[in-house]
Amino acid sequence: MTAAEVVATVTDPELPMVTLADLGIVREVRETADGVVVAITPTYSGCPAMETIRDDIVAALWQAGFGRADVRTQLSPAWTTDWISETGRAKLAAAGIAPPGAAPRRSAGPVPLVLAPRTESVACPQCGNARTEQISAFSATACRELRRCPSCREPFEHMKEI
Amino acid sequence: MSFDDDAYGALTDHDDDSRWAYGTGFADPMAGVPTAVPDDVDRADLAAYCLMLGDDVLVMSHRLQQWVTRAPELEDELALANIGLDLLGQARLLLTRAGEAEGAGRDEDALAYLRDPAGFRNVRLAERADADFAYLLARLLVFSCWRLPLLDRLVASRDPVLAAIGAKGVKEVTYHREYAAQWVVRLGDGTDLSHRRMQAAIDAVLPTAGELFRPHEVESRLAAAGVAVDPAALRPEFDEAITQVLDAATLSAPAGGEVSGGEMAGRAGRGRDGIHGPELTEILAEMQELARALPGGVW
Repeated sequence: MTAAEVVATVTDPELPMVTLADLGIVREVRETADGVVVAITPTYSGCPAMETIRDDIVAALWQAGFGRADVRTQLSPAWTTDWISETGRAKLAAAGIAPPGAAPRRSAGPVPLVLAPRTESVACPQCGNARTEQISAFSATACRELRRCPSCREPFEHMKEI
Repeated sequence: MSFDDDAYGALTDHDDDSRWAYGTGFADPMAGVPTAVPDDVDRADLAAYCLMLGDDVLVMSHRLQQWVTRAPELEDELALANIGLDLLGQARLLLTRAGEAEGAGRDEDALAYLRDPAGFRNVRLAERADADFAYLLARLLVFSCWRLPLLDRLVASRDPVLAAIGAKGVKEVTYHREYAAQWVVRLGDGTDLSHRRMQAAIDAVLPTAGELFRPHEVESRLAAAGVAVDPAALRPEFDEAITQVLDAATLSAPAGGEVSGGEMAGRAGRGRDGIHGPELTEILAEMQELARALPGGVW
């Protein structure tokens, strides 16, 4: 396996059903004489999983015999949920987490302030019902919101578009 | 040594001076981010500016986490904790950048844990204690309505690190502002009691917002150099958002003219100059206790 293939198999500590490759946070994997250099993009500024992800990359490369790994942060361009792969979206849905829709496109001028709960149609990952409602804009992590399905009565999480 | 031979040993012996999971090698939130400062930018000014913006969110984040176990609903504890975590992440990036620009060897921990209140440069709004949930929402609304256009303009900064922090922060603070705004509408346009208490909180907080728009000399110099944002330029966008929320919430701006408030904060002394209330001392006593009791402690 190449170093890039090893890094691609590391899973997210909070969402272990998806790999870092699925999430689209790996920018670069480069093998050098001094070891492997990996560049990753943080999902949210305060995401506590980022440190675990760095540790997991170092550990995975170490175990695969690559020796020293240097995991670097790449802040720009900022991560967007649009970088989650189709495979990643399918895995999230299979685990009961509604995948994000397309990230909002900014037009020129101020960021619009939305006073009503966002109305994107998020389909229920349990029963497929198209109309669901928001319970809370934040869930167990900053990247997910809590919703419920009026049809099957089940609550579920939805990865927010950013 | 491989992990297979001695997993426990590998946790501690993997690198000379680092501890697995809290190692010095990869705990730095900006590990590997290019640290160059544009040649014509004054490093002391850049450090001071990053400290101002970093202290704002460090202190605000601490106030938010104090609401965990005290919020009206579990969902709101999750929301406030997540908002606080976003702001703490932004603070780590900004304080790390401040330390780099200063060049005196201070990292994010030294800046967060080993400065006295007079060394902090946060706006006073961030440190205020919340009398109740409505007061918190008024403060979070005012803070987010000011911070969002600030971060949005920071994207054009000539400092690439500030520009990246701005781009990331805009996405996060957009959600924070929505959370605060939707709650203010819910309480303002709710029962008589919730309306009265939300109005009282707006009356208490909005007149103190003047400090947010009065540029410090460091901000003015760096804004002229294309690095910082001139806070005075944020006022129209702030006023528009606040008016939109107050109208939807059937609340009114406190008497006395402009929605963004007058001179009250100015008279009491400015956080940007290191003048703070006893509230910041209380926050730091709590935040810094462990680091001061066990200097350099690791776990």
